[in-house]
Amino acid sequence: MSSDALIGMVSIATAGITIAIGSIGPALGEGRALSEALRAIAQQPDEAGTITRTLFVGLAMVESTAIYCFVVSMILIYVNPFWNHFVS
Amino acid sequence: MEMSSVTPDHDVLWQWGVLRIDHTIAFTWVVMAILILASWLITRRISTGTRISRWQHLLEMIVEYTRSQIREMAHSDPDRYLAFIGTLFLFIAISNLLAVVPWFVPPTASLSTAAALAICVFFAVPVFGIASSGLGAYLKEYIKPSPVMLPFNLIGELSRTLALAVRLFGNMMSGAKIGAILLSIVPFLIPVVMQLVGLLTGLIQAYIFAILAMVYIASGTRARKERNPEVEPEPSGN
Repeated sequence: MSSDALIGMVSIATAGITIAIGSIGPALGEGRALSEALRAIAQQPDEAGTITRTLFVGLAMVESTAIYCFVVSMILIYVNPFWNHFVS
Repeated sequence: MEMSSVTPDHDVLWQWGVLRIDHTIAFTWVVMAILILASWLITRRISTGTRISRWQHLLEMIVEYTRSQIREMAHSDPDRYLAFIGTLFLFIAISNLLAVVPWFVPPTASLSTAAALAICVFFAVPVFGIASSGLGAYLKEYIKPSPVMLPFNLIGELSRTLALAVRLFGNMMSGAKIGAILLSIVPFLIPVVMQLVGLLTGLIQAYIFAILAMVYIASGTRARKERNPEVEPEPSGN
């Protein structure tokens, strides 16, 4: 098998695995955070504003790992440096 | 944005020698022009009476809401931070919301714009921190709770700037990319729904960017607030 075919194959498979694994963890974590925040709002509706704002900030931080995985998989598919090196 | 590109930086509109106008710069200028024109037109005929125009209502609502949010985060006078945080929020919000306009590529979907905004926050943290508590007290924050933590504090400073940039870029780029992919699979109804979801996430991303910038600045000015015992320290984040 030629090296560029091997690189393409490995890149695509790795991109899929990256986004698959990288989205499971943040999804579970965000679900937990959301359920805890809903419980907190149900117990203390007066604090809903503060809880919601903290929830958004926390969700953004949890989500950033999934975004990193997405960016890595996009780089692997569209602007793969090894692929460009072998094709040129 | 083309389907096979991850950044609008390479779509050149006009080139003369080394001078190059790409989509990112052009649409940044569009957003700037909209913001400047709108604020000039609204504040031109501003009044303090009981009958005010609906646009003045809108502007007052935005400014008042931003002030109240900053006051809750910083526990101090919001006017110091209003210009910086409000500008960040309005610029990101307008460019994200205009993503529904055909052929408009949001400049925040480019890593250059997101990194530039994050670097502004990176430099704003020491500026506000030193201005409020002095150079010595600000630098002393880095060796708390012990000097062993100095490299971790420095790495944290850098990594949260990177996280801020990549978060905004990744969210906006993924919205544009998923729209392009869906357009080639199910052309009619589904991309419209995704665009509507994109409006929501775009506004939330602008809100989160401004809130995180405020959290970082508030954690940089913590030294002054510790004399104030009823205020709890802000989270510093990743």
